[in-house]
Amino acid sequence: MADTHLDHNVLSALQEVMEDEYPALLDTFIVDSEERLRLLRKSDDAAQLMNAAHSFKGSSSNMGAIRLAELCHELEQRAKQRSLSGIEQLVGEIDGEFALVRPLYEAERLRSLALHATARRF
Amino acid sequence: MQAPFEPLTILIAEDSAADRMLLSSIVRRQGHQVLTACNGAEAVEAFRQQAPQLVLMDAMMPVMDGFEAARQIKALAGETLVPIIFLTSLTESEALARCLEAGGDDFLAKPYNQVILGAKIKAMDRLRRLQATVLEQRDLIARHHEYLLNEQRVAKAVFDKVAHSGCLNAPNIRYLQSPYALFNGDLLLAAFTPAGDMHVLLGDFTGHGLPAAVGAMPLAEVFYGMTAKGYGLSETLREMNAKLKRILPVDMFCCATLLCLSFQRRSVEVWNGGMPDGYLHCVASGVRTPLPARHLPLGVLSPQTFDDRTDVLTMAVGDRVFLLSDGVIDTCDANEQLFGVERLQQVFAANHQPATLFEEIEQALRDFRGEARDDVSMVEVSLLEAAKLTPPALVYSDSGQSCPLDWSVSFEFRAATLKRFNPLPYMLQLLLEVHGLRAQSGALYSVLAELYSNALEHGVLGLDSSLKRDASGFARYYQERNVRLDALHDGYVRVHMQVVPKGEGGCLAIEVTDSGQGFDVTRVMERPLDGVRLSGRGVSLIRQLSRSASWSDDGRTARVEFYWEALA
Repeated sequence: MADTHLDHNVLSALQEVMEDEYPALLDTFIVDSEERLRLLRKSDDAAQLMNAAHSFKGSSSNMGAIRLAELCHELEQRAKQRSLSGIEQLVGEIDGEFALVRPLYEAERLRSLALHATARRF
Repeated sequence: MQAPFEPLTILIAEDSAADRMLLSSIVRRQGHQVLTACNGAEAVEAFRQQAPQLVLMDAMMPVMDGFEAARQIKALAGETLVPIIFLTSLTESEALARCLEAGGDDFLAKPYNQVILGAKIKAMDRLRRLQATVLEQRDLIARHHEYLLNEQRVAKAVFDKVAHSGCLNAPNIRYLQSPYALFNGDLLLAAFTPAGDMHVLLGDFTGHGLPAAVGAMPLAEVFYGMTAKGYGLSETLREMNAKLKRILPVDMFCCATLLCLSFQRRSVEVWNGGMPDGYLHCVASGVRTPLPARHLPLGVLSPQTFDDRTDVLTMAVGDRVFLLSDGVIDTCDANEQLFGVERLQQVFAANHQPATLFEEIEQALRDFRGEARDDVSMVEVSLLEAAKLTPPALVYSDSGQSCPLDWSVSFEFRAATLKRFNPLPYMLQLLLEVHGLRAQSGALYSVLAELYSNALEHGVLGLDSSLKRDASGFARYYQERNVRLDALHDGYVRVHMQVVPKGEGGCLAIEVTDSGQGFDVTRVMERPLDGVRLSGRGVSLIRQLSRSASWSDDGRTARVEFYWEALA
């Protein structure tokens, strides 16, 4: 199930790059994504929608949220072509996808904090 | 060559907090310093204040987007290369083109790959250093160039002092030269002799730039020094050749044409070593007689093999001698065709107004080549009435307290000496020690020169002055003079000079005796005093310029006297 939503290779690469700051990165992504979702929901013109979707796509792809990035890409394309009918449904799908991966990121954060704490204890 | 690792300061402009954080970690892990900005405006401000060496720039950002920020940063950076790598998940070629147009140097796609990012930073850093080196070297070259120009200015200023000590501004000389002709190797000099003749030199050193200019200084010094002392073309040429041969490297020499214009004798003496043909323009007939190169350039032959033989041609008042540098006939057009002598002669033929000849030649060169050259030198010297030219007064530096006033001296110059030595400058220097004679140095020198050449040519060499009746005979006369001088074994010219004080002034008597056949004094003296005939002019000249002139011993001895009054 997890593989179509989250790329675990990306996560281990991020952990290697970020070291101690890995939990903070995950936290930042969660907070940032909530802000972006809020923007998406209230966007009322195509350009605004396109920019917000583009940015969200970029950070999702960096964080290994494969499906989320795909949905954002689709939204960006639709906004670009100004085919806005049914767009609310797509935003809803993005909402749903984030709701799905968010607990995975939180679990990953807790796991790494615990691992870190264990490592520190020894 | 692998440059040692030097950490860079890298600005990351990215509005997404997670991406910014991730990218900062990657860049820091690679050993660089990181500055961050959340939008384009912050990025420009951070660049202004901390001057990072490289920028990673998100394209889409609030407040100011990455395109505008890139434009402003590139403008602030000026000539320095500050590479900008656009961070983008943009895939459309149109959007990528916008990044490049805004000044972006490369792209990095999301999701980030740290290996690729590291490689791109390294590549951009190489480019940045290369640009810095190029700028540094460009500035260095500019400084060297400025330095060189300054040196040339100084060298030219010094040289102009030497070159302009002559008489290039005399009313009978027109010339055209680039102000920096010296650095093209072109050289133009003119000076009066003590007798009021005019020496002109147009020279062309091999090469360009400073090397071409260094030989000009010693050449000018010999030219002015020897002309002022009364040496003729032959002695001056020998000295110039020997000096250049001694000081110049083998592959350097100086093509030159030397002229001696005699306003009194109405003739021009020419020596051309390696220059293009000059032209003697006879205004009455319209004929232009070429003055071709008959010798190797100065500085090529050893003193023993150097040939100082000159040609002498008659001139009428208003006739002109035209000399030019090879820049004129060697001008090439777009197809490497030479301008050549024929085109020059067409310009001559079309010329009706002598005063516009230079302009017409220049125009023809421009038409031919499409642009002007700066190594074209031309000079035209015309023959004026002797009285219309006033040679500058000689300047003496001694006080006059030790001036000799009561003495006599005798010389005898025999065949071997007559062949190769000109005693006139030496004798003139001696006479000019007498202050009272200095005011008439021109006349004194002219008379002394006439007496000496009469004694040598008509006396010792037995040349008939009636040969000089017309222009072709004139040339033949001087050819014959050279032949007989070469073959001379016997004979002498004696000069006796006596200075005696008379009251506050004094008197100089000069007697010149030769070993020749003498002449019919009575018949020559019956001729009217007339300065225009070509033959026998010497006698007229002597009688006009000295107080008393007489011939004795069947014309073998001539005696003249000069007087001077109390000096002011």
